Amino acid sequence: MKLLIIAGPPSGGKTAVIRQVIKNLPEGSLPAFLKIDVVHATEDQELAEEFDIPVKKIYSGDVCPDHMGILVLDDALHWAESISRNILIIESAGLCLRCTPYTTYSLGIAVVSAISGTNSPFKMAPLLALADVAVVTKTDLVSQAEKEVFRESIRKVVPNIDIVETNAIQGTGLRYLMRRIADQPDIGPEPIVLRGAPPLGVCTICIGKKEIGWKNHFGVIRPLDMPEPLYRGD
Amino acid sequence: MQQFTPQQFTLTIQSGKNRFGEQEGFESIEIRPGDTLSIVGPTGSGKSALINDIENLAQGDSVTGRRILINGEEPPESFVREPAFKPISLITQNTRCLADLSVEAFMLMHIRARRPGREDLLDETINLANTFTGEEISLKSRMSGLSGGQTRALMIADALVIGDTPILLLDEIENAGIFKDRVIQSLQGGNKAVILVTHDPYLALTASRRIVMKHGGVSSVIEPTGQEQHLIEDLAIVEDRLHQIREKIRMGAAFSSGSSKVLMTAAAQGLQFNRV
Ligand SMILES: Nc1nc2c(ncn2[C@@H]2O[C@H](COP(=O)(O)OP(=O)(O)OP(=O)(O)O)[C@@H](O)[C@H]2O)c(=O)[nH]1
Ligand SMILES: [Mg+2]
Ligand SMILES: [Zn+2]
Ligand SMILES: [Zn+2]
Repeated sequence: MKLLIIAGPPSGGKTAVIRQVIKNLPEGSLPAFLKIDVVHATEDQELAEEFDIPVKKIYSGDVCPDHMGILVLDDALHWAESISRNILIIESAGLCLRCTPYTTYSLGIAVVSAISGTNSPFKMAPLLALADVAVVTKTDLVSQAEKEVFRESIRKVVPNIDIVETNAIQGTGLRYLMRRIADQPDIGPEPIVLRGAPPLGVCTICIGKKEIGWKNHFGVIRPLDMPEPLYRGD
Repeated sequence: MQQFTPQQFTLTIQSGKNRFGEQEGFESIEIRPGDTLSIVGPTGSGKSALINDIENLAQGDSVTGRRILINGEEPPESFVREPAFKPISLITQNTRCLADLSVEAFMLMHIRARRPGREDLLDETINLANTFTGEEISLKSRMSGLSGGQTRALMIADALVIGDTPILLLDEIENAGIFKDRVIQSLQGGNKAVILVTHDPYLALTASRRIVMKHGGVSSVIEPTGQEQHLIEDLAIVEDRLHQIREKIRMGAAFSSGSSKVLMTAAAQGLQFNRV
């Protein structure tokens, strides 16, 4: 089983890239797809209809969707295996730019759009830094110079990352991504673990308490003029 | 940092298929420094796709299935993926820049990508850009605040000075509020191969070859035999007349019904040509 984890901010082009990936998978590939989102997603149905592949979707509700993704990943792999699939494609919600959903034994693909602003790579440094490949979409909407400047700003955040530029609607330039996917080894024998240490969403806001002010909460909290967060509770 | 001596540079386009799956109307097109090629055809006929195939150095992996060779071979990956090695500059139709940067910061980042260590090219680029536009661009301007004409002017200057590549692709430069003549003059200077998508009859005909697009593929490649020379000369006169009328209108002139008949027919002809 191969594992592809595709992450990136909302509307960056993750599903557009996944469509191209599914269309161009090496012969013998049997993909299954899992979408993780917060409250609303339709790509599971769309991809099932378009490619006739097994799909699943999970809503994370109040929990960080990347955390949710990690919680269900093991089950998802068992599911894909149980229906004799050999490649599991996971699309994250990408709402939490501090979390990175990539694990060991996965190909981590960060999808960012060329129109998201020159500073956006700095704002989502963890998402890029731990990825294997950065796919830059919507290059058809910017000039060549702007595309190259955007590439430069990704390089500033992660000097050696493999960058693939594409018009994801047409699939141009994705041959380099497809090569990475073809070369990606199957999941190995060791337990799968997260690559990075995610920031934990562990406070009572996470579970739905609405009061403002740290005095009303427990878990990891922070007064305004305290340099570090602190833990309150037991 | 330049990777090529232009003298030994050949780009080859190997044919692919049009939207109906039919083989294109040529086998291969070889392009060398100093060549100019125009690409003509109706909207949606595949002009930009051809330009994009060249820019991406497609290897049979785009919808058209074309292959682009450099010096007769499949180019190394760095030619496609590393701006510092890329032998091709493309000026697209996009006349808006979305980057949230000043002109200076943007250009310096582009220099870092294309020509590391050549920060001295910054002033040259801005100065050249300002010869292409009537609205002065300053280093402190925001990229996203530039007008369409200013952006175009800057992108062309960027391609010529910072890119300085043996191949230059232009997608309809004429619609952009720039001094077309000065741009064309600069393009012809540097022993580059220039490939331009155009609706402008004068630009289309003066190119040394003309690629005609239809249904997503190349339908023919026309090599002028000199028989179009008369037409080009006529067009030059029409262009000149049009230019004069345009200037007069700009200066507030009104025209009486008795205005030169020749002028009017010439203008009418010209307008027809321009309205493809
Ligand atoms: N022009 C252009 N549009 C693109 C490109 N990639 C994606 N889009 C469009 O951008 C929009 C968002 O793309 P999606 O693939 O749905 O983005 P996403 O990251 O999956 O979005 P969410 O899953 O909702 O977070 C869609 O309308 C796509 O058609 C591209 O390369 N060029
Ligand atoms: Mg999606
Ligand atoms: Zn998170
Ligand atoms: Zn929380």
